[in-house]
Amino acid sequence: MKNLIDIMQLSVEELDELIATAMDIIADPAKYSQVCRGKKLATLFFEPSTRTRLSFEAAMYELGGNVLGFSEAQSSSAAKGESVADTIKVVSCYADIIAMRHPKEGAPLVAANNADVPIVNAGDGGHNHPTQTLADLLTIYREKGGFEDLTIGLCGDLKFGRTVHSLMSAMSRYKGVKFVLISPEELRLPDYVVDDVLKGRNIPYEECTSLEDAMPKLDILYMTRVQKERFFNEADYMRLKDSYILTPEKLRTAKETLSILHPLPRVNEISVAVDDDPRACYFRQALNGKYMRMALIMKLLEVKPW
Amino acid sequence: MVIGQIKDGIVLDHITAGRGMEIYDILGLGKLDCTVAMIKNADSVKLGKKDIIKVGQVIDLDFDVLGYIDPGITVNTIQDGKLSKREHLSLPERVKDIIKCKNPRCITSVEQELRHEFRLVDREKKLYRCIYCESEAPKHYE
Repeated sequence: MKNLIDIMQLSVEELDELIATAMDIIADPAKYSQVCRGKKLATLFFEPSTRTRLSFEAAMYELGGNVLGFSEAQSSSAAKGESVADTIKVVSCYADIIAMRHPKEGAPLVAANNADVPIVNAGDGGHNHPTQTLADLLTIYREKGGFEDLTIGLCGDLKFGRTVHSLMSAMSRYKGVKFVLISPEELRLPDYVVDDVLKGRNIPYEECTSLEDAMPKLDILYMTRVQKERFFNEADYMRLKDSYILTPEKLRTAKETLSILHPLPRVNEISVAVDDDPRACYFRQALNGKYMRMALIMKLLEVKPW
Repeated sequence: MVIGQIKDGIVLDHITAGRGMEIYDILGLGKLDCTVAMIKNADSVKLGKKDIIKVGQVIDLDFDVLGYIDPGITVNTIQDGKLSKREHLSLPERVKDIIKCKNPRCITSVEQELRHEFRLVDREKKLYRCIYCESEAPKHYE
């Protein structure tokens, strides 16, 4: 594997290998603290994303490597009209690996086609965000001990939520996985995802509009934000917005073993009062993202602890 | 109606009826100096009706373009009055610069030098997706 552009590039075996590496890093971080010594990660963020960039940078520093880059297009040559291909060819001369975020869909693939060094897609518009899915998967693995026989509730904006689509694709490869799709009618999972991921692979699923109804069945609840700008009129938004806010009251019927995930940032879709509930995993999920990025950087650079 | 046999050239057979002129234009056959015959709505056992194009010289054809537009076409190459080669087209795995991605969020919408490339994801449904943003190809040729 030379690049990571889409989560489905990773086979189940490669994913297992990344998770095993991440678990070993967690168990013995000192063993990995110099594994990328002398290596440089370029973080090319053509649109701002503080947490993803910091997670990549923290990952590289914890492997003993160095970081260079920019955090918005205005401070790069893209502002002067340089193409992605040219930017990447130049940065390939300075860095050993590149993590790239870009507002246009497919830009990381253009980068991969022109780079001499590995490219990691750190988010391309509303399209792919594979390292978020890696964070989600490590969280599920650590919380549940594996990926099989889980009922996963996906709640909120299932239409535009790229993290939801990627997670579904990745999880649909495991035995005994079921999905409960909880969303307003306006933000239902698109038909092409239903056809490609669910019907195409005979994955059991149900759709509903009530979070309360779905709650008792769930082993995992993956929350996303219902954004006002996704609605055609404000009245519909006002009618629905509170239905998809997770509160301690709504958790009353949930399993004791439920794991609540959220890709973050949260606005108001999970009440702060839920944060102290041991079932809330979203801050641990952010930490897991760093471990998986460490494992990924090591795999792409083909380095191992000595 | 009788159209004479050609000695050296190409016969595009089994063109979907009504598509002949479109293919004539896309292949730029109007610019050739040789004899070119367009037959519309010829009787066909297989299709009922079909179009046929006869070109009086052997020319290079982009089979990917032809296969994408009309995968049922048969390309017969004639040399010295005899059939020297018969090729059945099919939907190509990839098409480059035949169709354009219409997604305004796709990188191809801002980087003019990039080739517009689509890959076949479902042969039965004739479904292509942009290799960059995965948007469905426009259904222009259906």
